[in-house]
Amino acid sequence: MLNRIDSKFQELRAAGRTGFIVYITSGDPTPDQTVRLALAMESVGVDILELGIPFSDPLADGATIQAAAGRAITGGTNVAAVLEMIRQIRSASQIPIVLFTYLNPIYIYGYERFLRDAVAAGADGLLVLDLPPEEIVKNSEFVDSKGLLPIRLIAPTTPPDRMEQIARSAEGFIYYVSREGVTGEQTSLSQSISSQVAEIRKHTTLPIAVGFGISTPDHVREVAPQADAVVVGSAIVRKIAEAGDTPDLAARISTFVRPLVDAGKNSANG
Amino acid sequence: MISIDPESVPDSTGHFGSYGGMFVPETLMTALQDLDREYRAATADPEFQHELDGLLKNFCGRPTPLYFAEGLTHLLGGAKIYLKREDLLHTGAHKINNAMGQILLARRMGKTRIIAETGAGQHGVATATAAARFGLECVIYMGAVDMERQALNVARMKFLGAKVVSVTAGQATLKEAINEAMRDWVTNVRNTHYILGSALGSHPYPMIVRDFHKVIGEETKRQILQIEGRLPDHLVACVGGGSNAIGFFHAFLGDPSVRLTGVEAGGRGITRGQHAARFQGGKLGVLQGTKTWVLADENGQIELTHSVSAGLDYAAIGPEHSYYRDRERIAYDFATDDEALAAFQTLAKNEGIIPALESAHAIAHVIKIAPSLSRETLLIANLSGRGDKDVQQAAEFLLQAP
Repeated sequence: MLNRIDSKFQELRAAGRTGFIVYITSGDPTPDQTVRLALAMESVGVDILELGIPFSDPLADGATIQAAAGRAITGGTNVAAVLEMIRQIRSASQIPIVLFTYLNPIYIYGYERFLRDAVAAGADGLLVLDLPPEEIVKNSEFVDSKGLLPIRLIAPTTPPDRMEQIARSAEGFIYYVSREGVTGEQTSLSQSISSQVAEIRKHTTLPIAVGFGISTPDHVREVAPQADAVVVGSAIVRKIAEAGDTPDLAARISTFVRPLVDAGKNSANG
Repeated sequence: MISIDPESVPDSTGHFGSYGGMFVPETLMTALQDLDREYRAATADPEFQHELDGLLKNFCGRPTPLYFAEGLTHLLGGAKIYLKREDLLHTGAHKINNAMGQILLARRMGKTRIIAETGAGQHGVATATAAARFGLECVIYMGAVDMERQALNVARMKFLGAKVVSVTAGQATLKEAINEAMRDWVTNVRNTHYILGSALGSHPYPMIVRDFHKVIGEETKRQILQIEGRLPDHLVACVGGGSNAIGFFHAFLGDPSVRLTGVEAGGRGITRGQHAARFQGGKLGVLQGTKTWVLADENGQIELTHSVSAGLDYAAIGPEHSYYRDRERIAYDFATDDEALAAFQTLAKNEGIIPALESAHAIAHVIKIAPSLSRETLLIANLSGRGDKDVQQAAEFLLQAP
């Protein structure tokens, strides 16, 4: 059976449209709200969901997602709790789910056990921020992905020969980090996105998602024509933090996300 | 014991056996690989070593003495105790060895901005000093809690022209300062060099920092052979990230007769959240770029740590220490806050030397083991730093008694 991520990109390609990916931190504000948010995101047209597994020391994340991780950990969210959230989402939805995390929480859970359990729960892809391809080659324990598609990052600082190497070990899609810096909102986007995405396309046929710093419908409109998918995270996580654990949280976030999704859908995929 | 070849680690990709490596976000990979390449080129360049040697001698005050601690030896009545006096270096601790080496690397790479983290403030002061010496912009990240307990060093960094950024996340100590420094580096990687201050983090730092501190052990070996005509029996050093210890031990790793002991911070005792002794209750994990022993809970979240000494108050140990522990080449023990404070007092009164609270952990171990050793036993402790920075904090603990 085709992985949900691969099917989604086939579907997007056939429709000639750019995908929209939302990142939220699992367990922020609560596990129940995460499940409701996930389902709400699908209903406003989000194509792929990235679920963060919170870690105490998220050094690639800016203040917004750090704070979300802190709230989730304080609320008791661990790997097992995130897997339970995925099972609940799966009982009502087939939205592709990418897990976004750092190595230590899943390493201590047991890397292989984590892969098996995540696939069984219904996850589709895994992006480990601090696990570069060099360490996968070096540590045989990280080689097998057990069917969880390994999503890899490419950064503005990645030279072309390294893009090649990263792309070879990636599946599902390439996540292009559209700025030098940590996750977080910003006012204007880097000018080099389009040339960098074009460079990456020389080294892979995988779809390319662009994220980090994309926070407004204008940003989405600017990036969507060049990318196969656009990722928005911190802007949504900040809205979740502002709203807090309220009964209408999912509705409020839907209202915020809908224009972002529409901005992507109304931009032609170049 | 497995035979030891200290020159064989790390391998070309930064692994000490199964430890170490480069577990960092993609944005930093290229910068770290460039640093590795530039470092290897620099070590092959006689000009580089010549310039560094000159700075270490004339600016920093190397070589440091190997001093026979007659008062302490007499008091304890056992082993003959020597102190390697890194506390006499410019800026007051071993940290300047690495800061000078890395500032020369930064200049070779054309970087114009320097950042660093600091716990006790010694590495921050050393980095600010090196940056001032070469006229480079300097930003130091420091936990808010550490800024309070090491206020004197904060003032020194400011006098040296550095900007000191207070980090309030988490427990606001060394680990959080490293996170913030790495975030800065991710953002400013093209013009900025990050002078990491201990033998931890991603490759090539554990290798580079160790190498710049190897001079401590090399001098010690020359000096003890000159003074006593033979190798020492036992070396002792404190271990936070582990830079002073690995630099001190390295020249002796291939001498199986020399016992090596690293002393971790036992804090208020070995209960969760109350100490920073990674080999007591730690786990194999990955933190801030390296695979090593860390204090983490069953969910993989990094645990709170505590030590009276800011420089040892860190949740991971440098990967090379994990490697030599597995090979039983270096033994690890711990000293509690109380033992370190008592040692601080003992060394001051009996030797006329006020040690840094970090180094006081090594002295505490010496106080424990020396009495039962023979008078012929040669025991050397690395006095990695002086205690001026700790006077105020130690006074709160030691001088308030009636």
